[in-house]
Amino acid sequence: MASLVGSRVERKEDKRFLTGKGRYTADINLANQTYAIFVRSPHARASIKKLNIDKALKSSGVVSILTGKEIADDKIGGLIAGWAIRSEDGTEMKCPGNPPLAKDNVNFVGDPVAVVIAESLVEAKEAAEKVEVDYKVLKAVTSTADAMNGDTIHEGIDKNLCFDWLLGDRQKVKDAFDKADKVISIDIINNRLIPNAMEPRACVADYNAASEEITLYTTSQNPHLSRLIMSAFGNVAPEHKLRVVAPDVGGGFGSKINVYNEDIVCSWAAKKINRAIKWVAERSESFLTDIHGRDHVTHAELAVTKDGKFLGFKNETIANLGAYARVFGTVTPTYLFGPCATGVYEIPAAYTNVKAVYTNTAPVDAYRGAGRPEATYTIERLVEKASMELGIDKTELRIKNFPTAFPFKQTLVHTVDSGDYVAGMEKAKQMADYKGFEARRKESEAKGKLRGIGVTSYFEACGIAPSAAVMSLGCGVGLWESAEVRFNPTGQVTVYTGSHSHGQSHQTTFAQIAADELGVPIENIDIVHGDTDKGTFGMGTYGSRSLAVGGIAIVNACKKIVEKGKRVTAKMLEANPEDVEFKDGEFIVSKSNKKKTIGEVAFACYLPGVRDEMKSPLPEGDEPGLKETSFYDPSNFSFPAGTHIAEVEIDPETGHVKLEKYTACDDFGRIINPMVVEGQVHGGLAQGIGQALYENAEYDETGQLMTGSYMDYTMPRADNFPEFNIGYTCTHATTNPLGVKGCGEAGAIAAPPTVMNAVIDALGGQEVTMPATAEKVWKACKNLKKSNAKAA
Amino acid sequence: MGRISLEVNGRKVEKEAPDNTLLSTFLREHLQLTGTHIGCDTSQCGACVVHVDGNSLKSCTALAADVNGSKVTTIEGLETNGKMHPMQEAFKKLHGLQCGFCTPGMVMSAIDLLQKNKKPSDVEIRDWLEGNICRCTGYQNIVAAVKEAATKM
Amino acid sequence: MKDFNYHSAKDSKEASKLASSSSAFLAGGMTTIPSMKLGLATYKDLIDIKNIKKLSGIKVSGKSVTIGAATKHVEVSNSKDVKKAIPSLSSLAEGIGDPQVRNRGTIGGSIANNDPSADYPSACIALNAIIHTNERKIEANKFFKGMFETALKKGELIEAIEFQIPEKSSYQKHPNPASRYAIVGVYVAKHKGDVNVAVTGAKSCVYNDKEMSKALSGNFSSSSIDGMDLDSSEMNSDMHASADFRASLVVTQAKKAVDAC
Repeated sequence: MASLVGSRVERKEDKRFLTGKGRYTADINLANQTYAIFVRSPHARASIKKLNIDKALKSSGVVSILTGKEIADDKIGGLIAGWAIRSEDGTEMKCPGNPPLAKDNVNFVGDPVAVVIAESLVEAKEAAEKVEVDYKVLKAVTSTADAMNGDTIHEGIDKNLCFDWLLGDRQKVKDAFDKADKVISIDIINNRLIPNAMEPRACVADYNAASEEITLYTTSQNPHLSRLIMSAFGNVAPEHKLRVVAPDVGGGFGSKINVYNEDIVCSWAAKKINRAIKWVAERSESFLTDIHGRDHVTHAELAVTKDGKFLGFKNETIANLGAYARVFGTVTPTYLFGPCATGVYEIPAAYTNVKAVYTNTAPVDAYRGAGRPEATYTIERLVEKASMELGIDKTELRIKNFPTAFPFKQTLVHTVDSGDYVAGMEKAKQMADYKGFEARRKESEAKGKLRGIGVTSYFEACGIAPSAAVMSLGCGVGLWESAEVRFNPTGQVTVYTGSHSHGQSHQTTFAQIAADELGVPIENIDIVHGDTDKGTFGMGTYGSRSLAVGGIAIVNACKKIVEKGKRVTAKMLEANPEDVEFKDGEFIVSKSNKKKTIGEVAFACYLPGVRDEMKSPLPEGDEPGLKETSFYDPSNFSFPAGTHIAEVEIDPETGHVKLEKYTACDDFGRIINPMVVEGQVHGGLAQGIGQALYENAEYDETGQLMTGSYMDYTMPRADNFPEFNIGYTCTHATTNPLGVKGCGEAGAIAAPPTVMNAVIDALGGQEVTMPATAEKVWKACKNLKKSNAKAA
Repeated sequence: MGRISLEVNGRKVEKEAPDNTLLSTFLREHLQLTGTHIGCDTSQCGACVVHVDGNSLKSCTALAADVNGSKVTTIEGLETNGKMHPMQEAFKKLHGLQCGFCTPGMVMSAIDLLQKNKKPSDVEIRDWLEGNICRCTGYQNIVAAVKEAATKM
Repeated sequence: MKDFNYHSAKDSKEASKLASSSSAFLAGGMTTIPSMKLGLATYKDLIDIKNIKKLSGIKVSGKSVTIGAATKHVEVSNSKDVKKAIPSLSSLAEGIGDPQVRNRGTIGGSIANNDPSADYPSACIALNAIIHTNERKIEANKFFKGMFETALKKGELIEAIEFQIPEKSSYQKHPNPASRYAIVGVYVAKHKGDVNVAVTGAKSCVYNDKEMSKALSGNFSSSSIDGMDLDSSEMNSDMHASADFRASLVVTQAKKAVDAC
């Protein structure tokens, strides 16, 4: 039987999506349901003097109006940060309370203060307009760089500082800088982004008074984790009385990891009113209240020798957490950021210092790449600048500082098990026709255009993560993953995974893995996820972990099935279990060549007896049935890597940047489905290029979101991109049995510095912040013209 | 309140609906055709694109009253005898979708393109899809799928 | 969206009769419906004028192209007659919004709305258009009064727009990357005797740039406006483009338009 792993298998999930039969949360309607509208703060920072619902209660169709008071009275807990970070001075991070409905203070535009529940959506909206809130408006803190100098947002949190964290050794770095021939320094703003999954968030909560069970359908990347948080911290219901279902979910990119206010409020309120409640965000609500991403201000320095060896690296960053610290809010700018900040280079001494600040803006959390794009942007902009200042070719300088042997003990935390960075660089250069660039630059010049080329070599730590390691660093949970493989008596297989697909293709790729492991045709395998009532607890999907952690759990559960199958076969065929081999769905006794198919074995496991004979095929100690579970805890992160090269052409008259070519050469280890991996790379690139050229979340100084719709927030469209040139090198991960590394975030990590390096190259080294909009580039072109004129 | 009569996916439907009912609401809430999606409130994402009398339009930006008497085709109406439309097949074959949310609008818009331009170039496809936002695919496989479908339609 | 009464008018007379201080005419609805959805506009009555036969269609005479107010953008961009008579008008229509907007949006709706960054108003100015309403004829340069403001009176309905066929013309725009509306759009039209340089997006309302018109009327070459330093004091300034950048774009787009003529 040909292996399915490695082949372009068309997706099992596609037919339902293509025929309009997907079932997203907003498509769910329950009998007798009500509709919720949230009353939200129009101010970035205010105290609530008075909240009056009398008029609204009299509005037609109103079922209930609940406020921060009721939620506090019922002792419903707030939203939490999932990772405790300790400051350099040993003190614990400082987190404010974050009630699901604000009672006393609101801290960003969109912070909910009440929920109106009515018989129809129109009635809920009308009543919501009648809720009167008297705010005392306070001065908002909105700037990342100045947040520490602003008014104190949360009582008791001085300088709005959550933590001041250090990774690395300042003294060693100082010593390294003392020996340097040259220090390259850079100031960077990593622009704030809004994830914008195309499906707006939504939830439908139902309460069954007979079983006292709450069911919540919600747009989540991790329903089990959501249930745990809602139960343990939200106090909504005990876990066994709370079922969380994340049905088809229309994209997440990190924005649907968090439990949100609406999940808790609707679940709690459904029980209170004893009816189902439906809430669907409008896009403008999503803009205001979905978590945002990035938003760093960084000063970094690289100490080098004159022949281009890197000696030391320092990184001083202020990271904006927004109004509250959420699930991955504190780990994103620390352990997902700092360890990757030295990039793919051997740098003997390094440190990263991060000051995480609160501001009156939407909470900032994990968005595709989470911390690693910020890290990669910092080091790769710095390396590119070093290449300009040292006059060493940008690819040569990188190769000079690549590790030469693996495992590679990276400066700060990670030990990278495998890779071949030089091979990746060489292949990328060839794919991009790096040599031919100068000729293309001249052609552009002849047309009055400026052309630039940019390179990025990156690695990322993903496949998150070994539980003991992350919990030692403050993570509130272990980051293992579960799988359960169930055979039916007639031989089909259902695989339950604790991870979740919201576009990642698990139904197909996981079935490919199970098909290979079990020798069962892929059409006889179903992958089930997204429902806490189905399958065991799992941690969900983020950090490119589904395959590298969740996929391995499936492999391990399948291996247990095979082990049991061998024992059963041995008993059935009267052989020694050690003599039974398993291949392509058949158990074969090596000595006699007798066989049983896995279907026959499954059948025997469920129907363990024979007519007219007292005989069981099951060996002593083996129970009937064929179902195995695995909880896989990885031994290390996985480390995809690669080199990307971009070329841009700039019209100096309009500042328009045209991305002419984009080449990505990645090492994801073993690839399960090349078609799916390509799709993941394309999507990641689009988001990364979006950050570099188009996307920017902007607040004004009073904390109003200026980019609150697609009229002002530039979502990349089809005509913004050239055809991407994708290629791979492959070194297998040595830390997991499949040799896989993960591919979901690579594009978003590598593309921003690649594109910006090209833009800045075209602009003769002038710094431009992301996104490189026409006006910024136009100004830089004018400066370039002036300085060229002076030089002449 | 008015009476809305439409032919939707070949079936005649008649329902009472308030005058402010959007076509998208009429399809999703009154006819339970939830394949047409709502992804924004400023008429830009295109997840709600359907065909009205053969032309693509954003059903979130048209009143049901306003298209009264028309023939409407939604994503649910593309299959014939259980066989997917060549555009649907091409999206599947070339991985032109991931989370599936923008897909119905994308497919409906792409079919309209091929009705008007049988052999579009890459640039023409990318230009045409200006009104459809996808956050997952980076568009490359969508463009490839439209080209593939053009050879089959 | 707040409820309203929907009416479909059979002719201009009925439409005009139904109009009140709390009504709006509905053509393509490409602006009306989104602004009502967002609660930026509310009306008691929406008067659909799409079914008024007289309002649709394109007529070309020797000197002018007359387009019915309810004619859709796609009809203008596809019209062989328009392509032949004023190709720049056809390509302007082809560049409005996205295909779904063009399938639905109308020229009359665009002009009556007078969005400061809409494309069609610049065509009206550049092509010395006459706006025919159910009551009178209005010259384009007296029609566009200010931001979202026109010379139309309540209940007055645009029936057609008559464009003068120029010797040469071109429309060039620098779009807002997010909304794709014009940050700056410049419509250059060379008529016998004079040149119009109509600018949209740059100020609160479309206008004819006298300085460039004069320069180009003297010498119809992009070199005659190259490096021109326009006064940016009245230009729009927002997060997408400062007034200075807009001023520069006006010249750049005008040059492109002249070169494309």
